[in-house]
Amino acid sequence: MRWMLILLGALALQPALADSHLPPAYWANRQLPDARQEAEAQTLMGELRCLVCQGQSIADSDAELAGDMRDLVRRRIAAGEKPGAIRAWLVQRYGTWISYKPTDEPAAWPLWLAPLGLLLVGAWLIRSRIQLKGKG
Amino acid sequence: MSRSARSIPLLILLVLIAGLAWRLVKPADTAVPSQLVNRDVPAFSLPAAVPSKPGLSSKDLSTGEPRLLNIFASWCVPCIGEAEVLGELRHNGVRVDAIAVRDRPGAIAAFLARNGDPYERIGSDPQSNVQISLGSSGVPETFVVDGQGVIRHQYIGPLTSANVPGVIAQLKALR
Repeated sequence: MRWMLILLGALALQPALADSHLPPAYWANRQLPDARQEAEAQTLMGELRCLVCQGQSIADSDAELAGDMRDLVRRRIAAGEKPGAIRAWLVQRYGTWISYKPTDEPAAWPLWLAPLGLLLVGAWLIRSRIQLKGKG
Repeated sequence: MSRSARSIPLLILLVLIAGLAWRLVKPADTAVPSQLVNRDVPAFSLPAAVPSKPGLSSKDLSTGEPRLLNIFASWCVPCIGEAEVLGELRHNGVRVDAIAVRDRPGAIAAFLARNGDPYERIGSDPQSNVQISLGSSGVPETFVVDGQGVIRHQYIGPLTSANVPGVIAQLKALR
C-alpha cells in the first residue's frame, strides 16, 4: 500500500517539473466574443501544429506553448489580422513544418497527384477483370 | 493472375515492415530548427526578469560584439545542467544574454543563486511571445548572434561541456 502511494506521488511529481509557474495566457482557453472571429481562429488553430506534442494541432494540445500560440492567434485575429498572414508569419519562423495545410510546393505534388494515380490504377484493374470475364 | 502479380501484396508488406523497422532503429529527428538562422533578430523589447539585472531588447543584441542568447526557465530541468556550461563560457569571455520563458522573478533569482549566474541581461517573456517570434520551440535553446544582430546558429537542447570549444571558436570567428 505504501509503495502504491509513493508511486502515485511520483506520477504527480512529473508534470510539476515540466510545467512553468505561470497560469495559461488570457486567450489560451477563452473564446473570442465575436463568433465569426472565433470561428476563423478555430479553423486556423486546427491547422497549426504543436511544437511540443508533435502530431497534435495547437487546438488539441494541452502543452503550455500551444496555449501561448492559441493566445497569439486569437489576439491577432481580434486585432483584424487575416488567418493567412498569421500562418505566413509562423511559417517564416518554423518553416512549413508548422502548418498542416498542404502547400502547392513541389514537395507536396505527390500528395496532390496520388488520388489521380490511384484512380488510374483502379480503372486498369477493373478493365483487366472485365476482359477476363469476357474471355471466360 | 500471373505468379509475379500474386507476390505484389507480399512485396508491399515487406517494404512496409522494412520501413517500420528502419524508423524503430533510427527514430526521426523531432527538433524543429528556427528558420531565422542567418537573418536579423526580430525586433522585441522585454522587461527585466529579475530586479538586479536589466531587461533585454533586440537592440542589445547588435552592439558590435557577437554573443549568445540563451532561452531558459527556472522550471526547466535540463537548464540546471546547462547553467554550469554557460558559466564556463562566461569565464572564457563569452557574453551571454537570456530570455526567461513563463517565469517569476523570485523563482529566477533562486535558480541563479543555486546554479550560477552567467547572464548580463535577462528579459522576461511570460507568454512565450518572443520565444515564438524567434522560431524557438522549447527550453533550453541557445542562439549565436553576431555583432550586427544577425542570428548565426541555433543550439536546440542544453549546451554541454563538449560544446564549449566549438562555441568559443564560433564566436571568435564572428568577431
